[in-house]
Amino acid sequence: MIVGLLVALLLAGVVSLWASASPDGLNRVAGDLGFAGAEQASGAQDGPLAGYEVAGIDSRWSGGVAGVIGCLVVLACTSALMLLRKRSTPRTVGGE
Amino acid sequence: MHVPDGFLDAPTSLATAGVAAAGIAIALRGARREVDDRIAPLAGLVATFVFATQMLNFPVAGGTSGHLMGGALAAVLVGPYTGLLCLTVVLAVQSLLFADGGITALGTNVVLMGVVTVVAGYVAFRGVQLVLPRRLSMVAPAAAIGALVSVVLSAATFVGLYAVGGAVPIPLDTLLTAMVGVHTLIGVGEAVITFLVVASIVSVRPDLVHGARRVLDVRTLETRVAA
Repeated sequence: MIVGLLVALLLAGVVSLWASASPDGLNRVAGDLGFAGAEQASGAQDGPLAGYEVAGIDSRWSGGVAGVIGCLVVLACTSALMLLRKRSTPRTVGGE
Repeated sequence: MHVPDGFLDAPTSLATAGVAAAGIAIALRGARREVDDRIAPLAGLVATFVFATQMLNFPVAGGTSGHLMGGALAAVLVGPYTGLLCLTVVLAVQSLLFADGGITALGTNVVLMGVVTVVAGYVAFRGVQLVLPRRLSMVAPAAAIGALVSVVLSAATFVGLYAVGGAVPIPLDTLLTAMVGVHTLIGVGEAVITFLVVASIVSVRPDLVHGARRVLDVRTLETRVAA
């Protein structure tokens, strides 16, 4: 379990620096077929982590730091959700 | 394949949000049966891993890239209901914190990369499992086929949504060919990653893999008969 977590952090924090910067399948098709222009800026565009860059960090590690933060947020949210699911099993009194 | 805001019109986005909400509600109910003391920490790990892997765009043909969607992987590892919850957390965090995928398009993305990949991936996985011999070594290949199917169906579903509420009128057959074409390649990448991850976990802790349980049950029975 710990090993898996370390692998995930390593992938998001370090390996992601070498990820392909080419447009992904959907963006490429949108560009080729001429509906890419319909894209509107997300309301989260000005957030401190928007675009997988940490505001204030300019080095190439910015994306890695953003990735690690993202991993921890996802881990925390999912774990909280799982805890809620477990608590509402029939074993406990009450629940939904 | 994160859909940004603006590709689909408001009614379509609203409709997909409704479908996503219904899917999440069903998953929350179903997850109660899947989540136990073993699955709960694994689900956190699966979601984290999917998030990390989605950052790793791999190149496919001609200056295009793709990344794991992870629906089939999550469904095989922790079960389809819990898997959808994992994907939903990942997509919500990406949309709200990282501006990856639109906010009004979040429902669309949960449908495309959550509901469709989880359901299609899991159904295909189960289908292949019925055909293949019931051995532990067959779990990862079945998951890989589920992964490929899930990505192609997700791309096709996007075309369906675009046909209903696309922002710019374009020939749909061209869109379908382009989307399914490139996502077949991305689906092969998805299949390879899914195979490697599932195979490595099955080799160490098969008891943790939801999709390996029926195989393990059979194996236990066979052992008893032999003894």
